[in-house]
Amino acid sequence: MIGPLGQLTYIVASVLFIFALHWMNAPDTARKGVYAGVAATALAILVTWAEPVVVNHLWIVLPLLAGVAVGVPLSRVPLTAVPQRTALSHAFGGIAAGLVGTAEYYLRLSEGPEWLTPFRMVALIVEIILGYLTFTGSLMAAGKLQEVKWVPQRPVTYTGQNAINALLLASAVGLATAIAMYPAAPWAPYLFPVIIVLALLFGVLLILPIGGADMPTVIAILNAYAGLSAVAMGFVLDSKLLITAGALDGSSGLILAIIMCKAMNRSFTNVLFGAFGQVQTAGASGEQKQYKSETVEGAAQVLEQASLVVIIPGYGMAVAQAQHKVRELYDQLKKRGITVKFAIHPVAGRMPGHMNVLLAEANIPYTDLVEMDDINHDMPQADVALVVGANDVVNPAARTDKSSPIYGMPIIEADKARTIFAIKRSKNPGFAGIDNELYFSDRTWMLFGDAKAVIGDLVKELSGGSGMH
Amino acid sequence: MSQDFWSTLFVFVLASIIGLGVIRRVSRLLHTPLMSLTNAISAISIVGAILMAGGDNPIRIRILGAIALFASMTNIVSGFLITDRMLKMFKAPGKDSAKAGGGHS
Repeated sequence: MIGPLGQLTYIVASVLFIFALHWMNAPDTARKGVYAGVAATALAILVTWAEPVVVNHLWIVLPLLAGVAVGVPLSRVPLTAVPQRTALSHAFGGIAAGLVGTAEYYLRLSEGPEWLTPFRMVALIVEIILGYLTFTGSLMAAGKLQEVKWVPQRPVTYTGQNAINALLLASAVGLATAIAMYPAAPWAPYLFPVIIVLALLFGVLLILPIGGADMPTVIAILNAYAGLSAVAMGFVLDSKLLITAGALDGSSGLILAIIMCKAMNRSFTNVLFGAFGQVQTAGASGEQKQYKSETVEGAAQVLEQASLVVIIPGYGMAVAQAQHKVRELYDQLKKRGITVKFAIHPVAGRMPGHMNVLLAEANIPYTDLVEMDDINHDMPQADVALVVGANDVVNPAARTDKSSPIYGMPIIEADKARTIFAIKRSKNPGFAGIDNELYFSDRTWMLFGDAKAVIGDLVKELSGGSGMH
Repeated sequence: MSQDFWSTLFVFVLASIIGLGVIRRVSRLLHTPLMSLTNAISAISIVGAILMAGGDNPIRIRILGAIALFASMTNIVSGFLITDRMLKMFKAPGKDSAKAGGGHS
């Protein structure tokens, strides 16, 4: 079909994709990765467009322009909305793969059913099932993250849920097998849409029981699905470029999902089928425990005396858009010669790396963003641990309480610091609905209020008050 | 055919292994941009959409292709742009203003 020049270009594009990801290994080479990716994509589009079978150029130009028109605004969303945007783009990737697979099937059916060998049919059906389920699943995830009204935020569970899901999947696989064996049978074109509907439905049902705290894992899994549907498309079209790019995306999603699962001490199946959140809010533990709260003035005085302050951000910081105020606090403390580090838990926020991006946006140097495993060594030396909108990731119950649903999850050991300040919007438990032992420790003082407002007051206190030491 | 199958499978296995090796080394700081970057990269399925939309095909096939083309292009444009936008924000210490990149180890 395409000449040697085209094939050569596809090879160059594949190599560029690999380097694009390779350069992501450090922040100072990462932008080169983006340029490599853009170059590879542009080459691939041009070579494919130049193929002689492509004759309707207007049919390409118009969707391309529409894609630019929608894509540019989507790239300018506030960084707190990046998880939603990412979920949405997985949905776009899924629907694209699904539609191309659908078009391919009906086109070949009318023009030469002998092309639809069992191998190609299997690949094609894998492509559409993954594509369509990623589409609805990701839309659901985006809806939950954006807190759209008609998408339930809390995990939705009902009896026989897993059985129903399994039944759905089994019937889709059953139908798929039938079509793969007899792709040109008279009933096949009518059965094909049924598979599509089942896949769409399955995507919705898969995400319904998943709560916000599990979103980082789910987004990573959907990322892997979107990649694998591209791989399947590559098998159908016999395109090594598609297979390479899809495999890179798939392995990225897989690795991120594994990291997220490890960071929560849970397995894939547990995340997907284990519905967090409907955990009993252990009311049996006897007497009502008391929070000790502290005033902003008091907290500011303690902060001023510190030599190492560790700030532990969580999703609450993103919700309150507090990252810029956090930066001001960071500046105030730095000015006094205090060492300030940020402790980043892998699942803090709603997607992998969420906190890093928010803090980088606020101009905090990335060398002060420290991973959980590294910061935990220093926690006993920390004079102050300041918890900003994080909850489960600092809950010591993960270490001590075997009955806790988060038992075994690696945490940032805020409880080892000399003094702990926790900023919290309300006295309600966190997303997972679990009480946090840390808040009742005798070294913990609560600062109740919106994270942005509380940190703003701290900054005012530090800048107005005692000045430089 | 079976020749096709084995060579494509071969590519898939090798690409996955390269992918796992490369991704494992990606800085944890950059996991969010990594995801938006791979998202844009996997929108390379646009090549399939181009063949469907631009080929001399029945109109309903072209419509499906055009929608897929639009969806992929959206991912390409927004994926690369937002990745670059995020990466620009990661600065080494002492480089507070404007441009990042280069230099510091």
